[in-house]
Amino acid sequence: MRIFVCVKAVPDTNANLKVGSDNLTINPQGVKYVMSPYDAVAASKAVELKAANEGSELIALSVGKDNKESRQRIKDALALGADRGVFIKDDAAHRDPLGVAKALVAAIKAEESCDLVFFGRQAVDTQASAVGPMVAQLLDIPFVMDCISLEIADGKATVKRSAEGRVETLEVSLPAAFSAQRGLAEERYAKLKDIMKAKKKPQADFDYAFPDAGYEVTAMTPPPERPAGKIVGEGPEAVGELLRLLQDEAKSLSF
Amino acid sequence: MLDPFFDHYLDDSHRMFYETCLRFTEQELLPNAYEWEEAESFPIELYKKAADAGLMGADYPEDLGGGGGDVFHVILQCEAMMHCGSTGILAGLGSLGIALPPIRTLGTEDQKQRFIPPCLRGEKIAALAITEPGTGSDVAGVTTRATRQGDHYVLNGQKMFITSGARADFVSVLARTSDDPHGGLTFFVVEKGSPGFSVSRSLKKTGWRASDTAELVFEDCVVPVENRLGDEGSGFLALMKNFQFERLALAVYGHATAEVCLKEAEKYARQRKVFGKSVLSFQVTQHKLAAMATKTRAAKAFNYQVADAMRRGEEVIEAVSQAKNFASDVALEVADQAVQILGGMGYMRETVVERLYRDARLLPIGGGTREVMNEIICQLRGYPRAR
Repeated sequence: MRIFVCVKAVPDTNANLKVGSDNLTINPQGVKYVMSPYDAVAASKAVELKAANEGSELIALSVGKDNKESRQRIKDALALGADRGVFIKDDAAHRDPLGVAKALVAAIKAEESCDLVFFGRQAVDTQASAVGPMVAQLLDIPFVMDCISLEIADGKATVKRSAEGRVETLEVSLPAAFSAQRGLAEERYAKLKDIMKAKKKPQADFDYAFPDAGYEVTAMTPPPERPAGKIVGEGPEAVGELLRLLQDEAKSLSF
Repeated sequence: MLDPFFDHYLDDSHRMFYETCLRFTEQELLPNAYEWEEAESFPIELYKKAADAGLMGADYPEDLGGGGGDVFHVILQCEAMMHCGSTGILAGLGSLGIALPPIRTLGTEDQKQRFIPPCLRGEKIAALAITEPGTGSDVAGVTTRATRQGDHYVLNGQKMFITSGARADFVSVLARTSDDPHGGLTFFVVEKGSPGFSVSRSLKKTGWRASDTAELVFEDCVVPVENRLGDEGSGFLALMKNFQFERLALAVYGHATAEVCLKEAEKYARQRKVFGKSVLSFQVTQHKLAAMATKTRAAKAFNYQVADAMRRGEEVIEAVSQAKNFASDVALEVADQAVQILGGMGYMRETVVERLYRDARLLPIGGGTREVMNEIICQLRGYPRAR
């Protein structure tokens, strides 16, 4: 099997992000970049599948600015267990998801074959959840979003995905693309011996001429400040009201 | 984020390993550190978990199950893990760092394969036993005796303040095989369950509480000859080599402690308001933090320089002794100032700075006291022997 995992460099979720003076981009000053956390789950699953299917190859793909932080994400994937990495340089301040998807598809098509393509459910910076489905569409293969379990047998994937109030089980023909929800795989640690091995794994650049974007970002503003907290009550009698508010107002719980 | 000032000592593998260690610390250690400190122990499963994440034996070769890294991988691991605010967890998980070197230095291939890989897989716990009730930094005073009887040795004596001593599956024990003060010392691996080997008590400590510290007793303890490391009398040199690494590790604990305390103090000073303004907005706080940051970086710079020399294989006995003293003092001072900045909170056991303040007190004691470090420095500088 040939497996692809697409990873993106994003600001660390703990970073205190500030809009830059151009009002168009995030100020990168002092911001630590990481592999988008859902991409790390996807990569962990891809490594698991590669290990379970002898003779498989796992290729990490990333589109990003031609800098150390972006290229590092390929190295991260290699240290997690990918066999080789392909980096696609893109120096646009913002790239629309369709542009990214087309670039990834071009890189995938340049390989001999493709059985599985993995994405995180969303990049935690742009939160568009767009590139994965677009890649699947352009490759004309099935796409399953928010996978929480995945097994491969007899040339088919059996997938569970979380949806509102239910878990769906799907049978998917291959090749296919998937996006990872938390829980799809236990997130791997990059062990030192694998980090050392990764130094010797091949990394290549794939040149791609991006088409003009269908849209452009015209302004970036910080989100409104959070309103003050609310004390609902005290003791066990306040729990009911707290749950109601969390569900109805904050919409952070669903039953 | 890693201080870019020190970039030239590191390559990508160090930085990536640091991230691995930091994630392990944030996910596995930080949420539990307070509880484990209070319980004066951490779950034994943590050894396996740490090994599965690749955190055991970063600087051991791959054929022994290690990470294949160098001394800077060990340093960065230490810096990352110190963020849990419990030196005891680091010392407990890391006791193999002092227990295995005699095996690595003196052991036969068979001994290395028997003892090292199981530790690096987190399946076995190792401890080092040098100190005795009657002798500490002055190792020539070791009285635990090993007497050869046919195909085994019989050990008699006591060992004191042994990190991981109560839970260890085996202990690298320094014992006396002849009366020659230095030339009569030999290392043995004593395995748990050996007849005559027992843990007499677990010890209560000021800090490093999550680590187990024990007193060990050897009463006609039978140790097979194949558990002797090197020739009789080879222990002292191996120990001296071991000490350099142990002292560097304690020096690194020092600057890592200071770094975490500085970070915690900055965070608290930014959030905490007094007289309607943040604590950080007062010049008195800012200057205090500036001095803390300056000393912390100086200690780290010294330690990195020593480590770099060690990585090149240079002799660093004087420098590492100085670095240990310097970093210990910086840790004590910065932890103390951090407690002051946190005020009442800084006196609460649930805070990281309170724990590190207590933990830091061991740094000028363990692995050779401040006074012994000064003795070494004086000796190497050729001063006349003083009493």
